[in-house]
Amino acid sequence: MENREFIAKRIAKELKDGDVVNLGIGMPTMVANYIPKDVNVMLQAENGILGVGPKAGEGEQKSDCIDAGGNYVTTVKGTSFFDSSFSFCIIRGGHVDITVLGALEVDEEGNVANWMIPGKKVPGMGGAMDLVVGAKKVILAMEHVNKNGAPKIVKKCRLPLTAVNVARTIVTEMAVIDVVPKKGLVLKEIAPGLTVEDVQNATEAKLIISPDLKVMEV
Amino acid sequence: MKNKITSAQEAISMIKDGDSIMVGGFLTGGHPEHLVAALLNENSAGNLTIISNDTGTQELSIFQLVKSGRVKRIFASYIGSNPETGRLLMTKEATVQLFPQGTLAEKIRAGGAGLGGFLTPVGVGTIVEEDKRKIEIDNKEYLLEMPLKANVALIKAHMADETGNLVINGSSRNFNIVMATAADYVIAEVDEYVKAGEIDPNHVNVPGIFVNAIVKVG
Repeated sequence: MENREFIAKRIAKELKDGDVVNLGIGMPTMVANYIPKDVNVMLQAENGILGVGPKAGEGEQKSDCIDAGGNYVTTVKGTSFFDSSFSFCIIRGGHVDITVLGALEVDEEGNVANWMIPGKKVPGMGGAMDLVVGAKKVILAMEHVNKNGAPKIVKKCRLPLTAVNVARTIVTEMAVIDVVPKKGLVLKEIAPGLTVEDVQNATEAKLIISPDLKVMEV
Repeated sequence: MKNKITSAQEAISMIKDGDSIMVGGFLTGGHPEHLVAALLNENSAGNLTIISNDTGTQELSIFQLVKSGRVKRIFASYIGSNPETGRLLMTKEATVQLFPQGTLAEKIRAGGAGLGGFLTPVGVGTIVEEDKRKIEIDNKEYLLEMPLKANVALIKAHMADETGNLVINGSSRNFNIVMATAADYVIAEVDEYVKAGEIDPNHVNVPGIFVNAIVKVG
């Protein structure tokens, strides 16, 4: 299984029936493909939809129904539309249960960097800062190391921050790690075939091993 | 009743050098393409400020407008879809200021609602807090964000009636509704134009008092 698919599948298991969930662009969006049939969640798109359905097929694409990534989407039973101001009332007012976002770096204090690389890439923060501050729970969907093999889970973020002390769960192709305030990073699960040492070697920050350490299941 | 219907060229002719212009839409969704095309091709005002969630995409006239050198300041949230805005930010050929999306929406709402500003925890501990006042309330830090207004707003709706009442469908509401409240002169691009009384009052998204000019397209 490809890393991204594995990560998305594992995160899908974190969603509970009735949750309001906002999925970021890219790998987080893939989580929607793996939500169990008996778990009904309301997907929120920050451009103004609560109840985002599957991607629209040929012939059902409507310019008045796009998600925050600009994709044509469908609605579900119970969908509602609203404007940006109201949408961020939902996000900032704590009415989103879970937000899943990608990250360039995350550190021991739950600080997240995911919106710019100085001098290289400045796409803007979009709704990411609002989401990580406003949502009840922030799950990061990320590959464990960057494309040069350097750890993305670090002692202290070096890139410009998206927010301070907001990440709660980190899911990578190697592990599931919880960020426990004032304690640090707790290794909860490791991918099949890996050892704790493998995960620690790919992680700059020191991991605290959970007494209930499990093998990741998707 | 004042006749608000007009041509794009006529409506746009009131934009002058140095004006600030809000442009509704989220990527291509609910973007007033005909009005921006008229501003690009039939008006030569320069030293403009553009306030837009994302400054559109490369297929839209706003891309050419940003590229024309007539835009000196941009307030946006996400600019990854318009590489020209990114280039202006890097080269500093224009002042590009990025805000969290909810902060941008709320600044506009505050402008339209006559508020002196608002307090938000979004951006605390990041570069967004630079040059902003921090206020602590009950041991929590907030940034003071100031209201945002503009000389002109270009917005997109599905339907207008003679009084200017607007119906905006689905995810096209985005920034169009809040921008209608925060500019001195509001121009709405619509697909359908009907007599007063033909829109069910329950379905009005923007009351006509906010709309100064209506341009029917298509």
